[in-house]
Amino acid sequence: MKPIVRATTLGKQYTIGTREAAYDTLRESITQAVRAPIRRLRSGNGRRNVDTIWALKDANFDVQPGEVVGIIGSNGAGKSTLLKVLSRITEPTTGRVELYGRVASLLEVGTGFHPELTGRENIYLNGAILGMKKTEIDSKFDRIVDFSELERFLDTPVKRYSSGMYMRLAFAVASHLEPEILIVDEVLAVGDAQFQKKCLGKMSDVASEGRTVLFVSHNMIAIQSLCKRALWLEGGAIADDGSAGTVVRNYLSHSFGNKISDEEIWPDVETAPGNDSVRLHRVQVRSLDEVSGQHLTTRTPFCIDVEYWNLQPSANINITLHLYTEQQAIAFTTGSGSGDPEWSRRSLPAGLFRATCYVPGDLLNVGRHRFNVFVIKDLSSVLYQYESTVTFEIFDLDERVLSHYAREPGVVKPNLKWKTEQVGEM
Amino acid sequence: MGISSTNNETAPISTANPTQNRKLENQHDAVAGLPDEPLVVIEPNNGWSALDLRDLWAFRELLYFLTWRDVKVRYKQTELGVAWAIIQPLFTMLIFTLFFGRLAGVPSDNVPYPIFAFTGLLAWTFFSNAITSSGNSLVGSAHLITKVYFPRMIIPGAAVAAGLVDFAIAFVILVLLMFYYGVGITLNILMFPVMVLLTTLLALGTGMWLSALNVKYRDVRFALPFMVQLWMYLSPVIYPASFLPVKLRSLLLLNPMTGIIEGFRSALLGRPFNWIALAISAVITLILLIYSSYSFRRMEKSFADIV
Repeated sequence: MKPIVRATTLGKQYTIGTREAAYDTLRESITQAVRAPIRRLRSGNGRRNVDTIWALKDANFDVQPGEVVGIIGSNGAGKSTLLKVLSRITEPTTGRVELYGRVASLLEVGTGFHPELTGRENIYLNGAILGMKKTEIDSKFDRIVDFSELERFLDTPVKRYSSGMYMRLAFAVASHLEPEILIVDEVLAVGDAQFQKKCLGKMSDVASEGRTVLFVSHNMIAIQSLCKRALWLEGGAIADDGSAGTVVRNYLSHSFGNKISDEEIWPDVETAPGNDSVRLHRVQVRSLDEVSGQHLTTRTPFCIDVEYWNLQPSANINITLHLYTEQQAIAFTTGSGSGDPEWSRRSLPAGLFRATCYVPGDLLNVGRHRFNVFVIKDLSSVLYQYESTVTFEIFDLDERVLSHYAREPGVVKPNLKWKTEQVGEM
Repeated sequence: MGISSTNNETAPISTANPTQNRKLENQHDAVAGLPDEPLVVIEPNNGWSALDLRDLWAFRELLYFLTWRDVKVRYKQTELGVAWAIIQPLFTMLIFTLFFGRLAGVPSDNVPYPIFAFTGLLAWTFFSNAITSSGNSLVGSAHLITKVYFPRMIIPGAAVAAGLVDFAIAFVILVLLMFYYGVGITLNILMFPVMVLLTTLLALGTGMWLSALNVKYRDVRFALPFMVQLWMYLSPVIYPASFLPVKLRSLLLLNPMTGIIEGFRSALLGRPFNWIALAISAVITLILLIYSSYSFRRMEKSFADIV
């Protein structure tokens, strides 16, 4: 089928460093003009000594009409640059894009809103900036107002709006754009959970209407459920392109598998953290689910191993863990003292031991976690305390229901049993 | 930017009847209705790209909305509001009348000095405000430039257009003054719209170029007020061109505002036109307009990256 967007060898080069970092002044420009020929003579070939960076390099892809394509990648991978080139905000350095449809881009919610103007006035201004005709705005005005739920504040300057109201109005306008190709940047990263839900609902409407959408997000759930296809950008180049599920999985295991350490190991007993009584050998987090592979979801059972050398004969040693969430709240504490009653009172010979803590699925909430290790002697005194650098992330991959896009509040996210029954008559 | 957009208007958008079973219709349209030629081709363009008038035309409503915004916002939260459009030229006129007309005895071509000064100031205030605000307009619209596409020329264009509104308000005062001093209207008034158009085009040419330059060289912001002030003294606002010795007078004609201000006076006060001066102004305006629109197109490509 014929594509609606065709990008070939697309590249964008930026100059970095001192020359364009600050605004040029005439004086600099004049001194540059004087120096340039001299420098050129010295360095041989022209302007080689200017630092440049390819924010986007040799990107080739086609997008079919009606396709919803998610664009993922770490920060600075070139996602925004790609969107800026596609929406004609900045010119590519190389390559070519052919667009076979009318494009509207939404790189920000509320572009061009003027704080002094009223809600009503801003609907028109913002609509015009996004490329709507006045007659088009006229005919959609009531729907926009309905969607924003701001009828009462239409004649109030938006500078008096709360940030939530501001976002609602802005998104109401933006969501009534009806282009054939819609380019959306991470607009979902802003606003509260309620707002994000509304945005995503609208996004899935747009997707189901058969429009072509290019959509940047860090929200893998959103990408997976809204998009059939995903593009993964890494260092300005396309690292992977294919079905959203596969690309997201590859991206996650690539970025988090490498960057977040799920293991700390000290091979040498002399230099390992600890003291005369005990030294750590290894701490690690292991998934117990073969299917999901390296990354943990809220459903995945996993375990935490703590290996240590006991240096003193006939000592009674137990391990306690304090597990922290990203917000530095303690999700729970647990220890072999109570978790393994048979073991807990035994006295150990000197040697290498491993204590394993089994964490069931459906316990921890989405986000990054870390833990502190306590080595306890005789079930009472702390022999050694260690703040582990092991960090692991729990992903919300299994939930595909719209209302579950945003991280739900709570330190833990257990899957609790519920039952409702009628217990009386009126 | 190296954008050539073709048949913008004929894009198969199904906005015509949005209530009718939109999903199906669009799905069908989106698949079947693709044009053979791309609507837009995005390519690097290193040369001097031609003026894309069709693109400008497609965005004409945005020009209107941005102008409307500038006018609306300008006097928000001011006590005197639109009166400022009158106060500025009126008080300048009073001071000029006192110092130059009365004390220094500057001649005024046999017209009451207040009227003489006010006609000059009317044209000058419009021109200077227009180039100042359009010169700073692109830098002030960085948030738009980096987030959404439209022909960038609309931004300085809207700033000039917004100046026209102030001009119209101040013009009412001139009519009252003319009435007060008993200056009659002649057939010369027919040239008045031409003079307004010429001033607008000159302001557009100057403002557009300055605004683009300002993106790259922030010096413009500081140089502008100073330049505007100097320019006024080199234009026959306070004094008539006839006040100068003949040699200097021909030099003064190289300033396009000379022909324009004198032309304004001729149109409004019924004095004979200096056609040569007017022709010089028109030619310079045209050349400037062409030069700055091309130079704007050339610089426009890097706006989003450096603003």
